[in-house]
Amino acid sequence: MAAEASPALVLGGAEEQPLRDLASYRAVGGYAQLERARAMTPQQVIEELIASNLRGRGGAFFPTGRKASFIPTPDKIAKPVYITVNADESEPGTFKDREIMLRVPHRLVEGCLIAAHAIQSRSVFIYIRGEYSTEYDVLQAAVGEAQGAGLLGDVSIVVHRGAGAYICGEETALLESLEGKRGQPRSKPPFPAIEGVYASPTLINNVETITTIPVVLQVGPAEFAKIGVPPDSTGTRVFCLSGNVVRPGAYERPHGITVRELIYDIGGGIADGRKLKAVMVGGSSFPVMTPDEIDTRLDATSLGQRGLFIGSGVVTAIDDRACIVQFALRVAQFYMHESCGKCTPCRVGTRWLVQLLRAVENGSATEHDLELLLDVCDRIIGKCLCVLGDSAAMPVASCVTKYRDEFHEHLAHGGCPFGADSSLDRLFAPVDQHHLAPVAHEAGV
Amino acid sequence: MSLADEIQQVAKRYPDSKSAILPALRLAQEQHGWLSRAAIEEVGEALDLTPAYCMSVASFYDMFNLEPAGRHTIEVCTNVCCGLVNAQAVLESFERELGVAPGETTADGEITLRAVECLGACSTPTAVAVDHRYRQSVTPDQAASIVEELRGR
Repeated sequence: MAAEASPALVLGGAEEQPLRDLASYRAVGGYAQLERARAMTPQQVIEELIASNLRGRGGAFFPTGRKASFIPTPDKIAKPVYITVNADESEPGTFKDREIMLRVPHRLVEGCLIAAHAIQSRSVFIYIRGEYSTEYDVLQAAVGEAQGAGLLGDVSIVVHRGAGAYICGEETALLESLEGKRGQPRSKPPFPAIEGVYASPTLINNVETITTIPVVLQVGPAEFAKIGVPPDSTGTRVFCLSGNVVRPGAYERPHGITVRELIYDIGGGIADGRKLKAVMVGGSSFPVMTPDEIDTRLDATSLGQRGLFIGSGVVTAIDDRACIVQFALRVAQFYMHESCGKCTPCRVGTRWLVQLLRAVENGSATEHDLELLLDVCDRIIGKCLCVLGDSAAMPVASCVTKYRDEFHEHLAHGGCPFGADSSLDRLFAPVDQHHLAPVAHEAGV
Repeated sequence: MSLADEIQQVAKRYPDSKSAILPALRLAQEQHGWLSRAAIEEVGEALDLTPAYCMSVASFYDMFNLEPAGRHTIEVCTNVCCGLVNAQAVLESFERELGVAPGETTADGEITLRAVECLGACSTPTAVAVDHRYRQSVTPDQAASIVEELRGR
């Protein structure tokens, strides 16, 4: 059932062609839900979101309506309230927000305006990652067009560009960055709903979550709550399928489709006639899935029963050419590079993981180092200010426990048994990049 | 419009002008090619922030060049999704074509090569950003023509 092509909702109308301009978005009913929402009281809009049980698509899966209900109403607080949209999409394997911004930018804008009405905010910031240049242009054009058509009313939407930092996808780091600081997470509480940007109540939602808001109103909260796997995983996801599959892509499907259906029925199976070895599910921040787990449904409950996470809807197939130690090493190098340095378990722990994994790969590790790897993971998980530390430790720990035989082979073999045959052999990591070498011309000096 | 005027224009979008520091540093870098001491000072002056503060922010973010960089940049994603589908070979092809290692600039100061973390274009590996615009499904044999195209710009 779930594998069949179901009507797209978030990407609805943009299956063939992107809906970039206002006229084409209007042609598929665009901005009709904004009009409906504005005819409702803010409280009614929040109640519809609560009834739909829409949950955050950025990774945390927090109920969107409840989050909106935490924002104080104007009679309770003298400060302005803000909306920040998290478009800092940087989780490895994730490209759904980029697809959404390129294909249905106006639906994101409509979602922002409905959310602004719901929490009575007049100021929206969309924090988009700095590398997304074309996406920025498309989104900025959509905001301009909506403004020109008078759709914004008294709401302002500022598209704010990041400058290259994965950590700014963490909500409090995003707020710091938006305030013009280094993107280092804050300790919580206070939570952003009480003290977010400029010490004012702030609603923070991911791009896909906000873009789903018009959909909730369009299909109706009761109907929306029946899609997917009620009661917890309602609605659709724009799944990000990548890696060693025949047809990678962004596929919008209801929650509850299995990993097998996504990889084999939709993605055409593993490329080059290879065998599946592991699956990165949710993003690189979570434990990996083994091939005997691929009949698990992609919903929070089914994954949770296996200690897995839906994250940002990532499914990356890894075939049997990949060395799992190299995979764990490359993942650890990513987090070492992106650790903001504010708290010790993450700053030191990510470097330690890289050292130990490199020793396993090079053949200088011992059995004791495998225990040490797990011990270091244990000393990171749950002990950091934000989840970046956990995000490094969980995938590494899962590789060691689920692919222990392969780690042992490395120890017995005195190094990598795959050598140059591994698809990830010698894969360079930016963390090993030295500062730019001085160049001949010294422009501007 | 001068850089300072441009920065002050951008700062008006925010309740606190300090929020304009990232766009300001971006503008300064576009104008100077990199964030020299002079560029950092200009940003500080325009936003009423100290150069030290501006430097502390600039040094946190990957996209800011704190040393001179090439007129053009080639950034190859080497995170796992692209890595599983040949990103290392694409990176090495650019290294050979340019005669530099990742993180270095060609001797004539024209092109900087970098390896970067996930660009968010995982369904079309290998993702390569050429002057900050994405090319998708780049293969090792395309390196030569991309470099040639940049040299002609």
